[in-house]
Amino acid sequence: MLKKMFFAGYGGQGIMLAGQMVASAAILENKETTFFPSYGPEMRGGTANCTVIVSDKPISSPLIFESDCVLAMNLPSMLKFEPTLKPGGVLLLNTSLIHQSAKRSDVTVLEIAANELAMELGNALVANMIMLGAFVRTTGIVKGETMEKVIHNVFAEKKADLVDLNLKAFNHWKP
Amino acid sequence: MSTKVLMKGNEAFAEAAIRGGCRYYFGYPITPQNEIPEYMSRVLPQRGGHFIQAESEICAINMAYGAGAAGGRVFITSSSPGIALMQEGMSFLCSAEVPTVILTVSRCGPGIGGIQPGQADYFQATRGGGNGDYKVPVFAPSSVQEGADLVFEAMELADKYQNPILIFTDGLLGQMMEPVALPDPVPEVKSTDIRKHKPWALTGYGADDSKRNTVISLRLQPETLEKHVQKLFTKYDEIEKTLTRVETVDVEDAEVVIVAFGTVARIAKEAIEMLAEQGIKAGLIRPISLWPFPYAAFDKITSKTKVVISAELSMGQMIQDVQLGVKNRFPVELLSRTGGMIPTSLEIAERTKKILQEKGGN
Repeated sequence: MLKKMFFAGYGGQGIMLAGQMVASAAILENKETTFFPSYGPEMRGGTANCTVIVSDKPISSPLIFESDCVLAMNLPSMLKFEPTLKPGGVLLLNTSLIHQSAKRSDVTVLEIAANELAMELGNALVANMIMLGAFVRTTGIVKGETMEKVIHNVFAEKKADLVDLNLKAFNHWKP
Repeated sequence: MSTKVLMKGNEAFAEAAIRGGCRYYFGYPITPQNEIPEYMSRVLPQRGGHFIQAESEICAINMAYGAGAAGGRVFITSSSPGIALMQEGMSFLCSAEVPTVILTVSRCGPGIGGIQPGQADYFQATRGGGNGDYKVPVFAPSSVQEGADLVFEAMELADKYQNPILIFTDGLLGQMMEPVALPDPVPEVKSTDIRKHKPWALTGYGADDSKRNTVISLRLQPETLEKHVQKLFTKYDEIEKTLTRVETVDVEDAEVVIVAFGTVARIAKEAIEMLAEQGIKAGLIRPISLWPFPYAAFDKITSKTKVVISAELSMGQMIQDVQLGVKNRFPVELLSRTGGMIPTSLEIAERTKKILQEKGGN
């Protein structure tokens, strides 16, 4: 198993956290993983993306030029990363902010109104967890129960009151 | 060894330094290494150490000079232009034989340049910009784990050889996250015990002897200075014998041998797999120590090889050492990207194929 993915959005949407959580889940499942963030003069509202690789074998290059999965939180992310998908790949689109259809017909496209779903839970900030839930359930790259452990680990101590909200968000999307 | 945790390269390097006994860190902010001073400012004081934000990189390395001379285990970090400012200090540390571990999270130049990964500081690292006859061992990891292990070990090696050690990473290794198993911490050395471990250190007069230690880099008598430099070079000879490190992959069988270090070596490994799928046998020489450079590894290249490629994020610096290793036995070609551009594995594979076709024809 070797899965390469892009997570992309704008700064503040929690896209780096979502990517790191996939990598953390991979470690709990004794898989190899790399997480590489775009870095530079970043800011809230600017573009942000990261590459995550999960594999059964040691990973050589952490950089990818073709992907098995793209999670796009806004339109620029879809435009930039949709072309990297391999045929048969998975494209997750946050249709709350993306009002265009995907161009590719050779990939599985999932349209998720993540912001509206997050608002159903009363907090727009968990849109990333809604998408992460859809990502885990659709791709199976890591297990849902592992991700729930990661949510407990990430939102520990001072942030412990956020565990329930994030677990709810993670399980909120249904196919 | 602890269990594996997901850590950003920069934070893993910082934690490995603390576990290796670092209790003094002096830093000045520069991207892409800022997570190191950030981590040190937060964590080092909790572990009995001292963090000071210096007013410049020149100041940071001279603080390292002082703390190292007093027998402390010191770690300092910066990135390319900041390391440039530290060059004078490196010469002084070598001359005065003061141990320090220095880590660069290299970016691209010249000048302020950019903040993306680069390897155009190969000459800066291996040849140095300070004055005089001095050498600094340089290790170039290609994963977060290897970087953490090398930083940890370098804390010991710097003391052993009484010399600065430079760890050469880049923005990709500093910023990426990977699973890492951190080494167990070394036993704490009390400041009152430093004299036992480092009899040369400036710990003040002892109760039982009044012999005064000096740590100097000024030697005005030519006879004295020549003797001192020769002594340093006896040490450097020993370092060449003991610290030369290299990883080789399928060199004996290869039609083409790619030489690459750090980030590029990782990407080259994937390119080599892609070439194998097309029936092209490519090997890899990955220098882990940039000085001492693993020249002997090139003797393993056989007559099956048609061309040797130096793949680097510069306009061609390591290629000079590659040529010294190859000793004119094979053509040597450069595969270069610079300015913060990083080749994909596909690009390395395609360009390798093209070079092999052009230069390797019999």
